[in-house]
Amino acid sequence: MRKQIEGSRAVAEAVAMCRPGVIAAYPISPQTHIVEALSDLVSLGRVGTCRYLMVESEFGAMSACIGASAAGARAYTATSSQGLLFMAEALPNASGLRLPVVMTVANRALGAPINIWNDHSDAMSQRDAGWIQLFAASNQDAVDLHVQAFALAEQLSVPVMVCMDGFVLTHAVEDVDLPSQEQVDAVLPPFRPIQVLDPDDPITIGAMVGPEAFTEVKFLEAHRQLRALDAVQEAAERYRDVVGRDTGGLTTSYRLDDAEVAVVALGSVLGAAADVVDDLRAAGVAVGTLGVTCFRPWPLDEIRDALSGVSRVIVLNRAFSVGSGSILGADVRLSLAAEETSVYDVVLGLGGRPVTRAVLRRLLDDVLDGQVSDSVLSFPDLDVDLVARELDREGPDRPQAVSRGELGADEWGKAWT
Amino acid sequence: MDMTEVKLYQIGTFAAGNRLMDPTLGTEQSSTGRSNAITSGHRACRGCGEALGARVVLDAAMRASGGRMVTVNATGCLEVFSTPYPESSWQVPWLHSLFGNAAAVASGVAAALQAAGRDDVRVVAQAGDGGTVDIGLGCVSGMFERNDDVLFVCYDNQGYMNTGVQRSAATPPAASTANTRAVGTRTGNAFGTGKNLPVIAMAHEIPYVATATVADLHDLEHKVTRAMSLHGARYLHVLVPCPLGWGTDSADTVRVARMAAESGMFAVFEAEYGDVTAVSRIRRQVPVADYLRTQTRFRHLFGEPGHPEVVERLQRQADRTIARYDLVGTGER
Amino acid sequence: MTFEVRFHGRGGQGVVTAAELLSIAAFSQGLRALAFPSFGSERTGAPVVSYCRIDDRPIRAHDPVSEPQAVVVQDPTLLHLPGVLDGLTDDGYLLVNSSGSPASLGLAELAPQLQPRHVVTVAATDLARTALGRPLPNTALLGALAGLTGVVGLASLQAAIRERFGAVAGDLNAGLAEQGLVLATGGSRRHA
Repeated sequence: MRKQIEGSRAVAEAVAMCRPGVIAAYPISPQTHIVEALSDLVSLGRVGTCRYLMVESEFGAMSACIGASAAGARAYTATSSQGLLFMAEALPNASGLRLPVVMTVANRALGAPINIWNDHSDAMSQRDAGWIQLFAASNQDAVDLHVQAFALAEQLSVPVMVCMDGFVLTHAVEDVDLPSQEQVDAVLPPFRPIQVLDPDDPITIGAMVGPEAFTEVKFLEAHRQLRALDAVQEAAERYRDVVGRDTGGLTTSYRLDDAEVAVVALGSVLGAAADVVDDLRAAGVAVGTLGVTCFRPWPLDEIRDALSGVSRVIVLNRAFSVGSGSILGADVRLSLAAEETSVYDVVLGLGGRPVTRAVLRRLLDDVLDGQVSDSVLSFPDLDVDLVARELDREGPDRPQAVSRGELGADEWGKAWT
Repeated sequence: MDMTEVKLYQIGTFAAGNRLMDPTLGTEQSSTGRSNAITSGHRACRGCGEALGARVVLDAAMRASGGRMVTVNATGCLEVFSTPYPESSWQVPWLHSLFGNAAAVASGVAAALQAAGRDDVRVVAQAGDGGTVDIGLGCVSGMFERNDDVLFVCYDNQGYMNTGVQRSAATPPAASTANTRAVGTRTGNAFGTGKNLPVIAMAHEIPYVATATVADLHDLEHKVTRAMSLHGARYLHVLVPCPLGWGTDSADTVRVARMAAESGMFAVFEAEYGDVTAVSRIRRQVPVADYLRTQTRFRHLFGEPGHPEVVERLQRQADRTIARYDLVGTGER
Repeated sequence: MTFEVRFHGRGGQGVVTAAELLSIAAFSQGLRALAFPSFGSERTGAPVVSYCRIDDRPIRAHDPVSEPQAVVVQDPTLLHLPGVLDGLTDDGYLLVNSSGSPASLGLAELAPQLQPRHVVTVAATDLARTALGRPLPNTALLGALAGLTGVVGLASLQAAIRERFGAVAGDLNAGLAEQGLVLATGGSRRHA
């Protein structure tokens, strides 16, 4: 049913329809409207016998989800940024214990400095925690991906994180088509855990594994993640069969088929990018976008296949690894290792700086004009004057790269001393 | 000639006669030499109880420490409205790390000062109720247990206000917050939950625990001064109404705080090493209902049909608090 | 058809709600609409900006409105802040909550590119104080915006208002929307 509704509220409605058994909630901007809406839905009896726990911290939230899941309940929580970090110890605990917890991450920058606005540094910081990470490009995606996430998590017994851009999506009011309860039930059968705490059949969860078996356990975990690549695709197909909408899967693309230039990104910037693609196409430029929906596990082959035939790839990074370089871009390069493609790694929209169509258009024009390097990390929306002034204050040795808003291998040392 | 003693208790201050008052009895806030540790220009809402409380507490601490102190602030309203880059309202050394670690960070600061032999510099940690009783509790307890030389001040506005008024373990029963709304069968925040941090602090048997409100600024300054005269772990819990979160008029902050104390909903007392040493008696007891009516977060308890049984339950809770601390007794304390 | 509006006001004046109500009204007319705030932490009195993007095709971009066809200023003390009138298109509209005339506020100088007919003030706070007893100017201004620009119809707007505010407040605010519309399009409308 199509409704004009706030993204957070739509997600809450979708989660409620997934019949969670336990919701653990701790507020942090910009996730608050999700847990608030769920509180109301529980109070109004719209979530059956679901227990809503107001916990004392995010660490408490994920810990409660771990316990709930181990005791056989479908468990859910939501967080952002600092909250995700506060539960960091519990994340690989959930994945290592194979508990199918589902969590919304309303993407927000990591501090210090404290910043409550949208970028991807929070989710990126936990990409090795063994969770499946899905990125919604719109609020419609967010709704659909949450339903698929529960099904996926329980099919694989792997926890799933659904990422949606904080404020940009969570606080946007737009039309979203919510599936019906019947449709959700058809996609998501009741939770049947592969392991559960039950006095009638006692098991031990969380034993100590020493050097003699640890490698094998981790190998099996990795193997399972690769199987998840197929499962993510199948979950999307099943959803499409029931609900009639093509959401989810590993990647999405827009006008990519005959593209010579491709923009690769995660999340809501894909919407703005699509508008810019249309403008450039009208001007005769063969450009398209590739959206990565499933970031972990990384769909290495799909990305390579999707970008075959593209000579220039621009990766929009909304987080980067300080001291190393791009994160999304590094994975894209991994996929394209055997190819001749030029990859332009740009960092945009950190800490909520809006990624506007104007900035994207200028970026694409610059790439087409050969103004952007394919061997360094570029910062197209950087205020180079401000940075230059700061570095001048610190000393006379200002690296050349600053005036171009770039950081390259040879500049790292100079720029960061 | 008969003399009639005129009591000035109605306003609870010396305002009526302060031209004749001994200057040494004046508050630090009334002194032109006050440090303005948090100075004007910050972005707090009008009527913010926390801004008032912080100003009073820190200027008193600055006087007591001779201007030699370091402040550690948790994430929350106070930190957010006082430090919008590139500006800061702070005129004292100030550190903000994370939401739940203010006590541990302050412990670290205190330890570093000790290691360097800087026993002239004092440490004050500040946090809201969320950063103290919920996510901060582990670190707070650790600081208490080690008896680190830190004064920890909790500004209690009874909820996570900066993120949009969500419930904390300091939210009173029956209060409506963004995630304890009075919808369906709910009448706001549940009874039988919540933490009493002053009592938890007392259970750690630390040198000094006190509660205060922004309705009695003399008392608040006195308690800060007392705390700063001591060493080791000290805890000060200050009730600070939040017009936005409580649904009060921004001009009523002090009045509402006074009613919290005068109704018995918030006990004002001091304790040392786990034993209560002094209480602020209630001068004229106010029915809890009168206190609740000032705030829209309790509005669902009134009107048609309202929830008189909930109001009654809150009154009984206040009565228990009054009995526990002997707040309307006449005996000397 | 694309129509973008930017609302400026202070926390507590219903700036975010205004954009949402406009989007709901547009949706009910079969259009697509996206409403979102430029967000900060909770603080009454702080400057707040919200956006509404209306289109007859699906809306994909979630970036801020940089070239609005209409700017609504719910608090005239914000008029001289940088950025408030940025990007306002030549054929655009400027609607300011004030009991003063556009001339008294110097609006023609602030937005010289606009047609005088498109620069309007409405004393929305006064109207709201009378009707609601509270200074909430957003619904009157929404009515004025609908009348001025025709982007949504009054009936859709009033339906959205009633659904949001419930019976009593809904009717009062729907009435304010109509008053705002009348003032902005005729009656005692004053323009530069």
